[in-house]
Amino acid sequence: MENFEPEIVAFCCHYCAYTAADMAGSKRISYPPNVKIIRVPCTGKVDAIHIMKALEKGADGVYVAGCLEGDCHFKNGNTRAGYRVEHVQKYLEELGWETERVAMMNMSAGMGEFFARTALEFTQKIKQLGPSPIKRINIDKSQKAVG
Amino acid sequence: MITAEQKPLSEIIEYISPYDRILLVGCNECVTVCAAGGRKEVGLLASALTLHFLKQGRTIDIKEITLERQCDPEYVEELVSEIDRADAILSMACGCGVQTIAERYKEKPVFPAVNTKFMGASESQGIWVERCRGCGDCLLGITGGICPVARCSKQLLNGPCGGTSNGKCEIDPDVECAWCLIWERLKALGMEKRYEEIMEAKDFRPAGGGGPRKIIREDLSL
Repeated sequence: MENFEPEIVAFCCHYCAYTAADMAGSKRISYPPNVKIIRVPCTGKVDAIHIMKALEKGADGVYVAGCLEGDCHFKNGNTRAGYRVEHVQKYLEELGWETERVAMMNMSAGMGEFFARTALEFTQKIKQLGPSPIKRINIDKSQKAVG
Repeated sequence: MITAEQKPLSEIIEYISPYDRILLVGCNECVTVCAAGGRKEVGLLASALTLHFLKQGRTIDIKEITLERQCDPEYVEELVSEIDRADAILSMACGCGVQTIAERYKEKPVFPAVNTKFMGASESQGIWVERCRGCGDCLLGITGGICPVARCSKQLLNGPCGGTSNGKCEIDPDVECAWCLIWERLKALGMEKRYEEIMEAKDFRPAGGGGPRKIIREDLSL
């Protein structure tokens, strides 16, 4: 599992986190290529089902990155997204998954360094957790088949 | 509307574990409004169940479908084309929907995915409160539009009792005393005299005390 490279999906708000990611790029600050960004018009657009589907399709971690508290372009989309992330975490807890695989983050468009740092920290955390339980099963199966 | 809440996943999983092909059926009516069993919740539950079984190394086939109204045989009939491909049905509708399906498709096991709670109204986004017990003999016309059967913890018809305190019920400081609300409302309407009229003991037969209830409208029957 040393070579495990997690697949991470980041739902990023167009008005903040996505622009922050862009700024990280402009400043030549690198962040792990494991993080696959999906731009959304507001994190309020991200529903629990989107996060669940990402996990179902094999993502090892998913995070939603929205504006700072009180700074949502659409008033409170980021707060709603936070509630939805909590909702999914409760589901994962019931299913026996690590709730840390899903997270909510807040940042402004100018926080390019912060974006890169959080992307790195989240990737490291997921690396520590290992592959998602779905992938683990497939790995075990293939190892048995080889053995 | 009829309100409901999703059952714990562990209970749902226990129900469907013996089966490989599940027909997961939502309802577009009340349970959609109270976000317990509409199309969105069907998708979410299907995804959660898929995650659970994949973790066990098992793939189960979950077919998602949301009917317009599960308590109506006309719409339940729409499942005919899907029913043969399912080993069991998991319904996200209220108890009425589950039973309508069970009655129509006798050869398939049907399981509920939600707990039906009460007849309620939306207080604010995400909060539903009980407002009607379906007692079959509505008193709202004489209680200022506030129901003592549904909202008084003791269902008193001549309240309040000694447990009222600053307009709150003794069972919980967050629960309003229905009879204080009734009094305030009647006072605002200038109908205080109505409060002084003693209400006689209520006949609870129309409330279900006389067995399962039924409405027959011959003018509408085919």
